[in-house]
Amino acid sequence: MKLTEIRILTNTCIAKSTYLLTFQRHFDFIPGQVVGISNSHGQDPRLYSIASGNKDKNISILYKVNPEGLLTPDLQHLQTGAPLLVTEPFGTFTGNDEPAWWIANGTGVAPFVSMFFSGMTNNKTLIHGNREAESFFFSHEFSTLLSDHYIKCSTVEKIEGFYQGRLTDYLARLKEIPVSIKYYLCGSAEMVVDTRDLLISRGIPFDNIISEIYF
Amino acid sequence: MRKEHLFGKKPDEIENIARELALPKYATRQLIDWIYKKKITSIDEMSNLSKQVREKLNERFDLGLLPPVKEEVSADGTKKYLFPTHNGKFVETAVIPEKERLTVCVSTQVGCKMGCLFCMTGKQGFHGNLTATEIINQIHSLPEKDKITNIVYMGMGEPFDNLQNVLESLEILTSGYGYAMSPRRITVSTIGIIPAIVRFMEESKCHLAISLHSPFEEERSKLMPVENVYSLTDMIKTIQEYDFTKQQRISFEYIMFKGVNDMPKHIKELTRLLNKIKCRINLIRFHPIPGSPLRPSDEASIELFKNSLNDKSILTTIRKSRGQDISAACGMLSTNKDLKI
Repeated sequence: MKLTEIRILTNTCIAKSTYLLTFQRHFDFIPGQVVGISNSHGQDPRLYSIASGNKDKNISILYKVNPEGLLTPDLQHLQTGAPLLVTEPFGTFTGNDEPAWWIANGTGVAPFVSMFFSGMTNNKTLIHGNREAESFFFSHEFSTLLSDHYIKCSTVEKIEGFYQGRLTDYLARLKEIPVSIKYYLCGSAEMVVDTRDLLISRGIPFDNIISEIYF
Repeated sequence: MRKEHLFGKKPDEIENIARELALPKYATRQLIDWIYKKKITSIDEMSNLSKQVREKLNERFDLGLLPPVKEEVSADGTKKYLFPTHNGKFVETAVIPEKERLTVCVSTQVGCKMGCLFCMTGKQGFHGNLTATEIINQIHSLPEKDKITNIVYMGMGEPFDNLQNVLESLEILTSGYGYAMSPRRITVSTIGIIPAIVRFMEESKCHLAISLHSPFEEERSKLMPVENVYSLTDMIKTIQEYDFTKQQRISFEYIMFKGVNDMPKHIKELTRLLNKIKCRINLIRFHPIPGSPLRPSDEASIELFKNSLNDKSILTTIRKSRGQDISAACGMLSTNKDLKI
């Protein structure tokens, strides 16, 4: 993959171990696509979903520091102006205007942030699972526009207005789940597999389920 | 203090240990032989090293070998072993006897992150990478170790999501100091992580197998989420840059799902997609897993599919299902039940 050097504009801690990194947009992309990021030549780029609108001036990515990871332990310390190597965007986990449910845990919400800020909000429901209030990134923006179609499932912290428990528990308790729409799943392998199994058990055809797993 | 494992170390690392312990130069060779060539279970059995040296070694190191804790035997002779890891988890390893071959199917991860719709391993989530030591241990600690003819990296996990450890294990398996196996007897399977394919092709002479399962990108993405990141088109383009007409071979794995990927349009598209690559397609019967919406293609469809591809000059075989009664067959390995042993 061809790498281009960019300069970091911001690298802000927005929740426990989670950062929002931005750099100037030098390319077009389709909301939902990923970029590969590396901090040195010779190191394989790690993949991150773009978490900004496709008309925004800058590109953002969300990342959580993995203490055993190859990139994020260093990435968290990089300051404005630091160089970084980035691939062109790629991937086909991309959004459109069709009705859909977006289902994510943790930073898996990133591609939906991009779709949301690119205006693909018609007939969308976002179900986001996380541990505590501060980790529901862009919650204000989602609440404003998606209103009742934005469901926050908090597994650890008890918060008013949030579903207390895993997002799979939330889904399992629903009396009806629409069969004919698309389901976009993004996040950990465990969440994606459990949610996909649950949706299939509720009669959703497997080809209506589109998944992206962070690895 | 947790001891380091000698098993899995390369000659330069062993040389450093010998130097640190002020051992004579020839001790490096002796240590390597004890670790990889001889059947010992403890450092104390390294009888040509002095007691003092063995004590010094024992202070900091152990061999790192972990024998299997469970064995199941299929009616067809396939065996499945349960191996512990050094951090208290488990992986499964299958040993498949054939007429003149004994193939070991090794795992590379505890669980898997890839979430393929048809695979049992993915249902247990991801619980960690195996080290090179733990990968080779699945071969070295087998009762059948001396009879092994072939190794396939097709057990639990995605080998190319743990590439560094996989490459280190391949080096030990194929090097003279290690097991001196021919790379032509080892096949590493991947679902198609393109940067890792490139590195593997640059660093290994072992055979490559790619899980294909559909020649259509959209259809494949519903079966294998990785398609959304690394597309079939890019993967084929990458593969076409390498020469598979000599020693190193490439094969494509194709699990057959009834009414999903077993139709004439699939034969046509496979022919188009693979026509410039010297390869083989292995058709695999699907072994249904709980909750799966997929069903196995019937025997007649599989046979027809095979014959049609062979007629179009794509060498195609049907892989025998082995060990299904002990859940050792393709896509059935899982240690979910053993996580809390």
